[in-house]
Amino acid sequence: MIGDVMMVVGILGAVVGTAAMLIWVERRALGLWQDRWGPNRLWFLGIGQVVADMIKIFTKDDWVPPFADRTVFVLAPAIVMATILLAVAVVPITPHLQIAGDWNVGLLFVLAMTSLAVYSVMLGGWASNSKYAIIGAIRATAQTVSYEVFMGLSLVGVVIQAGSFSLNDIVLAQQDGWFIGPQILGFVIFMIAALAETHRLPLDLPEAEHELTAGFHTEYSGMKFGMFFVGEYVSVILSASLLSVLFFGGWLGPTFGWAWMPLVWFVLKTGVFILFFILLRAAIPRPRYDQFMRFGWLVLLPLSLLNVAITGAWVLMEAGS
Amino acid sequence: MSATIQEVRPLGVIGEIRARFPDEALVEQATADGIPTVWVPRARLQAALRLLKHGLPQPYRMLYDLTAVDERLRQHRAGLPPADFTVVYHLISFERNSDIRVKVALHEPDLQLPSIVSLWLNADWYEREVWDLFGIRFDGHPNLQRIMMPRTWQGHPLRKDHYARATEAERLVMDQARVDREQEALRIKPEEWGMKTADEDHDYMILNLGPNHPSVHGVFRVMLQLDGEEIVQAVPDIGYHHRGAEKMGERQSWHSYIPYTDRIDYLGGVMNNLPYLMAIERMAGIEVPARAQTIRVMMSEFFRITSHLLFYGTYAQDVGSMSPVFYMFVDRQKAYDVIEAVTGFRMHPAWFRIGGVAADLPQGWERLVREFLDWMPKRLKDYEKMALRNTILKRRSIGIGQYSTEEAIEWGVTGPGLRATGLAWDYRKARPYSGYENFDFEIPTAVNGDVYDRCVVRVEEIRQSLRIIEQCLNHMPSGDYKARHPLATPPRKDRTMEDIETLIHHFLSVSWGPVIPAGECTMTVEATKGLNSYYLTSDGGTMSYRTRIRTPSYPHLQMIPYISRGMMVPDLIAIIASIDFVMADVDR
Repeated sequence: MIGDVMMVVGILGAVVGTAAMLIWVERRALGLWQDRWGPNRLWFLGIGQVVADMIKIFTKDDWVPPFADRTVFVLAPAIVMATILLAVAVVPITPHLQIAGDWNVGLLFVLAMTSLAVYSVMLGGWASNSKYAIIGAIRATAQTVSYEVFMGLSLVGVVIQAGSFSLNDIVLAQQDGWFIGPQILGFVIFMIAALAETHRLPLDLPEAEHELTAGFHTEYSGMKFGMFFVGEYVSVILSASLLSVLFFGGWLGPTFGWAWMPLVWFVLKTGVFILFFILLRAAIPRPRYDQFMRFGWLVLLPLSLLNVAITGAWVLMEAGS
Repeated sequence: MSATIQEVRPLGVIGEIRARFPDEALVEQATADGIPTVWVPRARLQAALRLLKHGLPQPYRMLYDLTAVDERLRQHRAGLPPADFTVVYHLISFERNSDIRVKVALHEPDLQLPSIVSLWLNADWYEREVWDLFGIRFDGHPNLQRIMMPRTWQGHPLRKDHYARATEAERLVMDQARVDREQEALRIKPEEWGMKTADEDHDYMILNLGPNHPSVHGVFRVMLQLDGEEIVQAVPDIGYHHRGAEKMGERQSWHSYIPYTDRIDYLGGVMNNLPYLMAIERMAGIEVPARAQTIRVMMSEFFRITSHLLFYGTYAQDVGSMSPVFYMFVDRQKAYDVIEAVTGFRMHPAWFRIGGVAADLPQGWERLVREFLDWMPKRLKDYEKMALRNTILKRRSIGIGQYSTEEAIEWGVTGPGLRATGLAWDYRKARPYSGYENFDFEIPTAVNGDVYDRCVVRVEEIRQSLRIIEQCLNHMPSGDYKARHPLATPPRKDRTMEDIETLIHHFLSVSWGPVIPAGECTMTVEATKGLNSYYLTSDGGTMSYRTRIRTPSYPHLQMIPYISRGMMVPDLIAIIASIDFVMADVDR
């Protein structure tokens, strides 16, 4: 029992801690790719910047605008953290290292939780009672609702192949070969959808600094802003870990007889995807909101349906022969 | 150089006007710049301008500038019609490649004349500006509001009887009542600008974009009437960056005003000095030595590159591409290293002088310039891949904010914004100044006149600037870096201690400043953002009588409502980025 509690606290602590560290990682990585230094002064390689940022964000005046709907305004940032962390609970880090154990609806639970996360953005933007925030919230809602569809559909292929919604089963089904091969189409679609769900550049339309100043969280400050901020990084971690679990075999990999090796593999794969997300941010401009929606409905939706059909036909053929 | 009536020439545009208005007393004025200048009676103004725009074989299609002069304290105006105020219209004909200046004399207290908004759309803001700063009314103007000064302002600042310094004014007290009054004046009143808040079946959102917004490049406000994210009506609001640069010109010596010009288009650096000094030099009759001219060209082109690089980076950034701007800042640093080595300063060197430049090129400048020339082209190639060929960036910018050559001319658009519509018209080629006729370079143009084309044209201009700099490097003439003329300021030092005449000139020029002969002169350069002119009026003193700064960004911003209607908010940001303005250049 105590062991379980310690594991839960440990994993959640590690996730949130990593998310905070990512602020520094991202700034250094962007600095590297953009021909500049990034924060490099505080402690070793500037890693103390995380602590400094935390001190700043915790001690800043946590101002609630007088024109905002106070209750909802305060609640909204909590929702994003809660739902994303709940989704993290079912992600199998290794066979023995996961919070919620092996659920046979694990994947559905993740999708459900990420859908709920949109309420945070929507309510936050709505409760702010500010024009930029409301435009951001509307964009976020439309974007999330649309991309949820392809996100779910893109994973149907994986589910068909694994024959299960359990994330553990999906990992184990990849023992003979990762799903990235047969499900390459699903992978690309899921990746774009996941990027859209995390609201990060290039798909940060709800924030779109250059258009909406800060979009849905324009009126937020202090730790409430910090929740959105860290929540974004937690969802990056979630997306990256899902990518590695669903398409790259999760913890699978040569263990060299070392018990910790599955954990190393998982962290390694997830880390690569996190860095890839950061690289995307550095490399690609932001599409226009309506272009992006059109791309989703006219390109991604047919492609993901095609993927489902092909995978289904292939699996049936295999079973028939 | 003093203003005198000239004999009527049979030919030329003024002859053509006379032929149409045989009964009118049209007075022709000689000016130092040689631009035909004619005084027209107020009653004939609209007819004369209409004739110039529509009635002549090669018409004057662009309203280039519209301004006024308070004549009440002017001493040297022999031969000119009596006037308390003069309103000046400056037109350009591209077919003739020439300008004309039309002046109207006004007398107190009857300071009004007919509006020409129906003739030129861009007269709107110019007339508002003249009303704001001089108190001259334009009958028939749709919304004659203050544009530069706060609405609560008392008086008209460019009048000679308006104070020029805060110490001459009443003490400013910002008490709560005043704060409230000023805040109230900033509130948007949609009806006043022709915006609606509701239609029969749905409401519109009125969004206040700016004056503090990440993408408006300074303190610039656009009031938007939105239908969803679609722009129904956009109303730009300027004046937040107004520092009274023109008024300061009347209180600074000819020499000490040079640093102020650097801060007009603050990305243009010494290029701002050039039209100002050329106008003074023309009035003073100073011939600038070839070496000084070439140095001026070289430094101007360096600033064109730094300005265009900043445009390039922020343009990519405004369509959501995060990285390019950092690379381009690296290049700008390289350019600024050269500029700093030559001028001793980076962004605002104020390094040109009356009659030349402040100092000769430093030893080893060739190596620095050569290094930059070797560095830049391969970087431009990288950017092509990184930004210009990116599909998302293209989708964001092709076909957005489009206008034709005719529309550009109608709105007074010059520079890359004009060339992007396909008109190969560059002031450096059309009317070469400072020795540009000796250089071999192309005029980059594009076809569609949209956001993307405006970027493409500027990128190509960077390459052409590099070509010009290379020619400066290879063929830098020897000789003086400043003219041997008594009015060159500060004077060359070598003869100062040798003879009394030079010593006296030296003493006067650095203590009082040079005395420039009375006259009027407009000099124009192809600045980083379009045509930049200084229209100087000298009354034979140590200070300018009137300094009019015609900046390119001012009319460009005025066009925003026209090209952003029906677009989305992100498109507006792309349009704003593609115009490439700085607010200091708009508000002065």
